[in-house]
Amino acid sequence: MNPFRRSPFVIAAAIFVYTFLYAPIIILILYSFNASRTNVTFEGFIPAFSDRIEMDGSLVKASPCGPFHWYCDLANNDDVAEAAGNTLTIAFTATIIATIIGTMAALALQRYNFKMKPFSQLSLYIPIVIPEIVMGIGILTLFSQFFGWANEAFSLQGDARLSLGIVTVTVSHIAFMVPFVTLVVQARLQGFDKSFEEAAMDLGANEWTTFRRVTFPMILPGVLSGALLAFTLSLDDFVITFFTNGPGSTTLPIYVYGLLRRIITPQVNALSTVWILVVFTAVLLLQILQSRDSKQHS
Amino acid sequence: MISEFAVEMRDVVKRFITPEGNEMAAVDHVTMKIKNGEFFSMLGSSGCGKTTSLRMIAGFEWPTEGEVFIEGKPMGHTPPFQRKVNTVFQSYALFQHMTIYQNVAFGLEMEGAKEEEIKKRVGRALDMVQLTGMDRRKPKQLSGGQQQRVALARALVKTPDVLLLDEPLGALDLKLRKEMQLELKALQQQLGITFIYVTHDQEEALTMSDRIAVMSKGKVQQMGSPVEVYERPANKFVADFIGESNFLEGKIRTISKDEATVFIPGLNAELTGMPVSDGLVKGEEVYVSIRPEKVRITEKNAINQNIFHAKVTNTVYIGADTHIYVEAHGVKLKVLEQNRISRLDPKSFYSVGQEVWLMLMPENTLLLKKD
Amino acid sequence: MLQRLRESKSAQGTLLALPTTVWLFVLLIIPLILTLIVSFGKRSPDGDVIYTFTLDNYIRLSGYSTDCPDGQTACFDPLYVGILGRSMSLAFNTTFFVITLAYPLAYFIARAHPKQRNMYLFMVLIPLWTNFVIRVYAWMMLLRKEGAINIIIGWVMNLLNIPFTPLEMLYTPGAVLVGMVYEFLPFMILPIYTSLEKIDNSLYEAAADLGANAVKTFLRVTLPLSMPGVVAGTILVFIPVMGTFIVSDILGGRQVILVGNLIQRQFLDARDPTFGSAASLILMVLTLIVTYFYTRKFGFGEEIVAA
Repeated sequence: MNPFRRSPFVIAAAIFVYTFLYAPIIILILYSFNASRTNVTFEGFIPAFSDRIEMDGSLVKASPCGPFHWYCDLANNDDVAEAAGNTLTIAFTATIIATIIGTMAALALQRYNFKMKPFSQLSLYIPIVIPEIVMGIGILTLFSQFFGWANEAFSLQGDARLSLGIVTVTVSHIAFMVPFVTLVVQARLQGFDKSFEEAAMDLGANEWTTFRRVTFPMILPGVLSGALLAFTLSLDDFVITFFTNGPGSTTLPIYVYGLLRRIITPQVNALSTVWILVVFTAVLLLQILQSRDSKQHS
Repeated sequence: MISEFAVEMRDVVKRFITPEGNEMAAVDHVTMKIKNGEFFSMLGSSGCGKTTSLRMIAGFEWPTEGEVFIEGKPMGHTPPFQRKVNTVFQSYALFQHMTIYQNVAFGLEMEGAKEEEIKKRVGRALDMVQLTGMDRRKPKQLSGGQQQRVALARALVKTPDVLLLDEPLGALDLKLRKEMQLELKALQQQLGITFIYVTHDQEEALTMSDRIAVMSKGKVQQMGSPVEVYERPANKFVADFIGESNFLEGKIRTISKDEATVFIPGLNAELTGMPVSDGLVKGEEVYVSIRPEKVRITEKNAINQNIFHAKVTNTVYIGADTHIYVEAHGVKLKVLEQNRISRLDPKSFYSVGQEVWLMLMPENTLLLKKD
Repeated sequence: MLQRLRESKSAQGTLLALPTTVWLFVLLIIPLILTLIVSFGKRSPDGDVIYTFTLDNYIRLSGYSTDCPDGQTACFDPLYVGILGRSMSLAFNTTFFVITLAYPLAYFIARAHPKQRNMYLFMVLIPLWTNFVIRVYAWMMLLRKEGAINIIIGWVMNLLNIPFTPLEMLYTPGAVLVGMVYEFLPFMILPIYTSLEKIDNSLYEAAADLGANAVKTFLRVTLPLSMPGVVAGTILVFIPVMGTFIVSDILGGRQVILVGNLIQRQFLDARDPTFGSAASLILMVLTLIVTYFYTRKFGFGEEIVAA
């Protein structure tokens, strides 16, 4: 019996679902080359050198970038550059902090017994079982109440006044990222044999050296996949960011959402395409690195 | 001054809380003195406290009561990395992300040894365990036996006062295990380091050890040389655990300084001239213990002391020996006969239902207290 | 000091878990408590919160009112209850369609040759890495009157010589459902795949050996053993669908209002955080109740982590 045999029904269903998953993305990319400014219908690619007259008599103006007109447009858009900068700053900072404290918590929960352990473990499930919007407005209430009180109490003026911004977004991102890091690392730690650490100590390594030279290298794949998950969660986040951002801390998802409610030009498609390509390349590189790494180890 | 004893456990107790919340003594008032240069084994089935004892010597656990001394110094809560003992783990615990060289060098690096020195000593250690030239490989690329040797080299390269071995041969197949037993023993004699060896395999313990501590339920049942624990087991547990024994329930009829007469109700007969051990009194209930290979079995009645008529109930041929199961008046015994002569004829073996005579020579029996 | 820390395992554990626990306490638990307090408050004329204890917000949510037309003393306005009901039924429908689509694909991947599995999984993850908002936008382009779907249908109809007027698909409840299914599909595929992949091949062989045909093997062996994945996936889909407001905002226009939209508008347009907090708490309680009964029936799978 061939274990890999699948019925035609399953194969057909799989093709259908993959089509469903990819059709919107392909259309999205196609429209980033659209000659139509309003982006409602696809009116052909933009010519690079001379204007083109369509069959219905309308005129398609040439652009120095040719079909990539909207990408050039995008490159000159300062708002996008700022939003992209904010998104990456937040994602990197939050990932580093969440990975460090999340890994520490995973070690504690997997290895030690302590009084607040049940509470710590339980609090990890909050972001999973509570809708994001509930957390979002809760955090917004916390910040606005706290900032209102602090600004009043210390009579802060001008720039010193506390307000929503990059810091509040980052701090809130960490709150919902940490549980995912901890749960992923905890799952990896479950199969970890304690005798490796005992062996290191037996050979003369103290607790810190043991962690640095033995424990950490061994759990590194788990920590990395936790960090990657956290990073993508931060890049993708809309709801929490929506409620905690302030002037000057707009992220790309917030920026795109803003555009969708106003005028949409194919520039949004160009932005989306660049986004997809960047994330795709980054993840692909990471996958290749990881599989090369695991091949070396086996 | 260096103590006469490499390791001493003085009245050590280790209690754990079970998952059900009960307290359990894994090690229960254990006292052991292990001499310098000795090959010492802790033998017992799983849960007897042998591994916990070893882990307390290594420093992975701390005693609840009592004290562990290494080279005469009380260890208290000294962490493992400050003790001059090294461990070979049952799972080997080789660092998978390091090469063989890096694994063996790890301990020397921790001491802060210089690079050339590390190189020289790692090379020597790998030569010693016959793994010359394997230093660039990763642990997963080696066979089980080779990994075992790496674990040994990694511990020995630190020239510890005491080497602790936790069932190091458990994962190897039988043939390799026997080879390694002899190799380990030779290595220990060559290096003169104290070995403390934990095993559940009695044959392994008997093969290698200078002394054995037989453990059960957290307590040391007997401590002595292999010959002592086999030939003079201190109690029924030891007699049963090490090798096999037939136990006949009886009662002491008469007792003098040298010998005793024991009545065996099951056989409805008396055994005379039994050797006497300390503390036995007249009228006491005892076990008469005799090893299967020490029961003499014959087809004819030759003498008339301590001899019984019995019937063969089963025979099992196992190559070197034949196991003969007999029954005398409802008492079951096992007899072991060496197959000294090559033969094929089934008639030359004892057969089921055959009438035989069993001789229990007094010098081959032991009287053990009934607890 | 160091020596004491070295000897106290419980102190080490507490110290390691402390940053995370404090962080989660301050940013997840305190906000929930604050939301609860605010929900009992009153809105001041300029949109601030007056702290007091009143159940007005909850009464308003239930639709009960004493301020009625026609001189009635009490009446019932089903507006908010209707929004809650609509959100619930949308969440149930989304979960149902997501399972229907995800299961065959997860099965397909789990039974693919081991060397190809990673590639197939990777193909599920790629759409997930494009942004949530961008994915909604993509559907906007597909569903609108001049969008890709209408163009393709029109083209086919033209070939068949059937007159065709473009369908109005955008800004309908159907559009919101499709968008939700699309957004959360990968969250169902991954856990189901994880539990299917765990099933040892010898179980299929044993079932065949004992005389089960393909259908019976699936119903009696595969399906029960993959239930933990379905349960985990359901939690990962149902809960966020209940609270999402972008999909309905963009694909539903102003036609489809869900709890998420209601809460968001209270905070940003209507400036009544007390009513928004009450709605948000009711949303949380509803999802917790559903999750509780659901997991009590099927167990809380560890597959959640796999996704």
